[in-house]
Amino acid sequence: MKPRHLLLVVYVVFLMLPLYWLLNMSFKTNEEILGAFTLFPHEFTLDNYRVIFTDASWYMGYVNSIIYVTLNTLISLSVALPAAYAFSRYTFVGDKHLFFWLLTNRMAPPAVFLLPFFQLYSSIGLFDTHIAVALAHCLFNVPLSVWILEGFMSGVPKEIDETAFVDGYGFTRFFLTIFLPMIRSGIGVTAFFCFMFSWVELLLARTLTSVNAKPIAAVMTRTVSASGMDWGVLAAAGVLTIVPGALVIWFVRNHIAKGFALGRV
Amino acid sequence: MKTENNRAWFLVLPVFALVAFSAIVPLMTVVNYSVQDIFGPDDRVFVGAEWYREILQDDRLQQGLLRQFVFSFAILLIEIPLGIAVALAMPRRGRLASLTLVVLALPLLIPWNVVGTIWQIFGRADIGLGGVLVTALGVDYNYAANPFDAWATVLVMDVWHWTSLVALLCFSGLKAIPDAYYQAAKIDGASAWAVFRFVQLPKLKNVLLIAVLLRFMDSFMIYSEPFVLTGGGPGNSTTFLSQTLARLAVGQFDLGPAAAFSLIYFLIILLFCWLFYTTMMQLGRGSQQ
Repeated sequence: MKPRHLLLVVYVVFLMLPLYWLLNMSFKTNEEILGAFTLFPHEFTLDNYRVIFTDASWYMGYVNSIIYVTLNTLISLSVALPAAYAFSRYTFVGDKHLFFWLLTNRMAPPAVFLLPFFQLYSSIGLFDTHIAVALAHCLFNVPLSVWILEGFMSGVPKEIDETAFVDGYGFTRFFLTIFLPMIRSGIGVTAFFCFMFSWVELLLARTLTSVNAKPIAAVMTRTVSASGMDWGVLAAAGVLTIVPGALVIWFVRNHIAKGFALGRV
Repeated sequence: MKTENNRAWFLVLPVFALVAFSAIVPLMTVVNYSVQDIFGPDDRVFVGAEWYREILQDDRLQQGLLRQFVFSFAILLIEIPLGIAVALAMPRRGRLASLTLVVLALPLLIPWNVVGTIWQIFGRADIGLGGVLVTALGVDYNYAANPFDAWATVLVMDVWHWTSLVALLCFSGLKAIPDAYYQAAKIDGASAWAVFRFVQLPKLKNVLLIAVLLRFMDSFMIYSEPFVLTGGGPGNSTTFLSQTLARLAVGQFDLGPAAAFSLIYFLIILLFCWLFYTTMMQLGRGSQQ
């Protein structure tokens, strides 16, 4: 075996060990987790998962998270696509400044911005709704989407646009029927990044919700602070937070391999 | 090349409106807080630059800042080379390539506080696999009591969590290099190192820029993971800048100083991103000539 393959194997094992431990714990009883060190569950149990799937305050957390993450991905993509096209094809007044300003929105430390966010979304009556979290997450997902998509679009020769316009295509029809299919791998990669960053964000999502749109990550922090930690349920909930993302990446894996190859990303 | 067309603003307008809505109002509110002393909703006094002066002389900020710089640069020094190395070792095509991609992406998809929880358990010397393994090597390891162990655990956790992002981005950059480049290098009899230095590295410039900027920004604002893992302890040894800020803003509810603090924080990140951006662009230009 070559040394570089050895590195990859060691790295993958390093990635999997904590995940294996989480999975292992999720099938154990609390007594076994705290009582003894066991490499695999001796008293195999599905009780931890049963708790989550029968308690609405648990499973609604997943539903809420999935709703706002999906909304956010759709909004981010639909506004970022035309903007990325503009950045990749035209120069216009203030374009460079605008591009850098968009990126600076990823750089604001959240702790103090949470209160203004809360006030802003309360004042327009969106507090504790899915759309509020989706809109707030646009703050960091839209700039990233524009950045990634611009890279993919710059890879498409400009002659294609010109030929289409000469052939009498209007802008909207050209954009939807010719241009978008050409960069669909790029759209897949961008959607993956939007999904990922929205799914893992906790502070904004927790601040903007209380009951109806409470995300799973916030539901889990509640359990941590409860008296006597329920490690088994916590581990099961942790395993279930990985599942939606793993499904998404399994479906887009070929796009990602291909899409990453085309773009400048 | 690009045509000049100011009507392109119409295409950018939705993005501008959407981001401005969530960015400008909160930013202005924070600027507003930072120059006032706030006693209640209707009771506030304009204090000018007082909070800024106070914050810049504050020990907690200076210590937090120092810790933050050490942490972020350690992260970049470990994750960028490791990410490149992993990307170079990844299979390029076939089922194994897809499988590697999926496995590498897994840590990225876990909510950040859950990452902290995973490592909190994994690192425990009595019930966690990682802690047990390290103890078995004869090291007296306890991340909750020993500052060095706490630092090491936070670093290893971040490497576990984020190296995949660097690796995925570099993998995409490597896939974009046409085979002809490698054939030319082969004909010239180039060594593996020469191929890396003169063919692969220049082509990775753009993705590395994205990777360095994203890793710098996110590691400089790291909050949830160390908060769950160590709670900033033992003592203050893993209290990073954003946690100092959160204590000030949420714990003591000193909005004025906290707002001044976060604006300074924001400007530091902005300055460094700009520095990275311009240096890497310069380097790229130098190597192309």
